Amino acid sequence: MKRIVAREEYCIGCRLCEVHCVVQHSRTKNIIKAFKKERVRPTARIHVEESGPESFSLQCRHCDEPSCVYACLTGAMHKDELTGAVVHDPERCIGCWTCLLFCPNGAIAKDAAHGKVVAKCDLCGGQGTPACVENCPNEALVLEEVP
Amino acid sequence: MARRYVIVGNSAGGVGAAEGIRQVDREGQITIVSDEPYPAYSRPMISKYLAGEADLAHMLYRPADFYAKQGIELLTGTAASALDLQAHTLTLADGRRLAWDQLLLATGGTPFVPRTEGLDREGVFTFTTLDDAKRLAAKLSAARRAVVIGGGLIGISVAEALAKKNLAVSVVELKDRILNMVLDEPASVIAEEAVRRAGVEVLCNTTVASVVGRPQNGGAVVSVFLDNGREVPCDLLVVAIGVVPRTDLAKAAGLKVNRGIVVDEHMATDAPGVYACGDCVEAYDFAADVVRPTPVWPNAYLGGRTAGRNMAGDAAVYPGGTACSSLNYFGLSLVSAGVLLPPANDGFQVLSRVEPERGLYRKLVLRGEQLAGLIYVGDINRAGIAFGLMREGAAVAGFAEELLADGFGLISLPRELRQSRLEGKFNGVHP
Ligand SMILES: Cc1cc2nc3c(=O)[nH]c(=O)nc-3n(C[C@H](O)[C@H](O)[C@H](O)COP(=O)(O)OP(=O)(O)OC[C@H]3O[C@@H](n4cnc5c(N)ncnc54)[C@H](O)[C@@H]3O)c2cc1C
Repeated sequence: MKRIVAREEYCIGCRLCEVHCVVQHSRTKNIIKAFKKERVRPTARIHVEESGPESFSLQCRHCDEPSCVYACLTGAMHKDELTGAVVHDPERCIGCWTCLLFCPNGAIAKDAAHGKVVAKCDLCGGQGTPACVENCPNEALVLEEVP
Repeated sequence: MARRYVIVGNSAGGVGAAEGIRQVDREGQITIVSDEPYPAYSRPMISKYLAGEADLAHMLYRPADFYAKQGIELLTGTAASALDLQAHTLTLADGRRLAWDQLLLATGGTPFVPRTEGLDREGVFTFTTLDDAKRLAAKLSAARRAVVIGGGLIGISVAEALAKKNLAVSVVELKDRILNMVLDEPASVIAEEAVRRAGVEVLCNTTVASVVGRPQNGGAVVSVFLDNGREVPCDLLVVAIGVVPRTDLAKAAGLKVNRGIVVDEHMATDAPGVYACGDCVEAYDFAADVVRPTPVWPNAYLGGRTAGRNMAGDAAVYPGGTACSSLNYFGLSLVSAGVLLPPANDGFQVLSRVEPERGLYRKLVLRGEQLAGLIYVGDINRAGIAFGLMREGAAVAGFAEELLADGFGLISLPRELRQSRLEGKFNGVHP
């Protein structure tokens, strides 16, 4: 399966990954419309962390032993058998926040746009290069095939 | 010959075990026995059912084709009535007898109902199954007032559903604050405010002393008397005091049972080939560092998954589970885990941060270098990082203060620890 690798030494903390994650998960997938026109702005599924000169960008690791999937009360969180991605079905999510407590990376967030569910990285559907990787100007995010 | 696995209980623990078995053994025969008439459903969602926000299709814990796809035979609506450890058989209430090579008890809990006078009247309910929710839902249109006995997680969940259905609800709590098992005092105060804001009455330091019924009409409940003498009228009374491990089958079979069925770190009981998990067991609580029941969904699933892998011949160790809860009832955002009220001695240290105007409260309990407990209220988005450190037993004393700050994250961790997280390594979950 594919995994996004964060390379701390290359990250400049520009937050373009967050911006393009929002666009990718917006209704129109258009950067201007997503930020200026759409009534609800999607929650970014990626998070830039910064402290002084150090920064990196982090989204779901799509763990082999996913705590969030094991902990989920409803079955909304599951591992896609084909892509290996840990994905989340908002229709079945009740926003109980159990996965949020169980993610050791803090990579699941309350979905500010939809209130009662969580939002997390879906690898942009599993096909092609995720938007954060595609738009990182310094290759601080790279897509790698892992066994 | 293919191994025969029999699982009693078709919920978090039972499904976890079946999935654990299938990780290792694709061929063995799996049979799950359930006295409920449904495929596995999300038990915590019965309050959504009662509120009219979900039906069974929405509540299914696994996709409808799960059992067929995994090659699991599901026997619903029939209880297991006797377990023979010598003959390796399980007898069902309908007379059938199943032979097993490996057996799992995931029988969950039974609601505790005290001997209070009148609790057998019509209009009195418990609230732990979908059928409970259905029975209660059928009475809603004719009901105006409800009393809930017990201000714990289940009581608060049913109170929210009843309030959404426009009933006047009173919650009666014996202790001095609601949610006293899953929160500390400041967090309980925040929760209670949210509950009251929704129009629910909260009555603490008291309990129901007797239940008054109508003389005619089958004696249906009309009010309760509290032990302080006050009478509270109600058409519905929900008993939500707590759940006790369901151990009758295990006890009758001669398995070792304390408060719950006794299991080792492989989730094995004291009888060969027999495992147990979930709300019916007592298992290792790594935060409290004791063996005790910790009846929450994630522990049932993880314990089940561990048991399943061992039943299939793998050597998996239960990482231990602790009491943990997360709450979104009444619009709350709140998570807690582990030891919340440490004894004053014993080398515990408490760090906390309160900002009432922002609805923010954070508390960390340290034992020596390690985290033993946490509460996050309000902004909970990254609380998982702290719980992950707790589950890993990481030495956090050097930077624990930072975990209370706004904008804390993996960046707050020492480089080595952070790097392992970025690489997707985590040593606290694997069964
Ligand atoms: C209203 C409510 C809200 C909750 N909210 C939360 C929450 O927010 N977070 C959380 O972590 N946990 C929550 N819980 C607790 C959680 O549901 C339990 O910890 C979990 O269901 C335990 O799973 P289990 O598999 O051990 O047992 P159970 O889910 O209790 O399942 C056991 C099954 O076995 C069946 N059974 C028992 N004996 C027999 C027999 N002899 N023969 C056949 N079948 C048998 C039972 O009927 C039942 O179907 C909640 C519980 C309730 C009731």
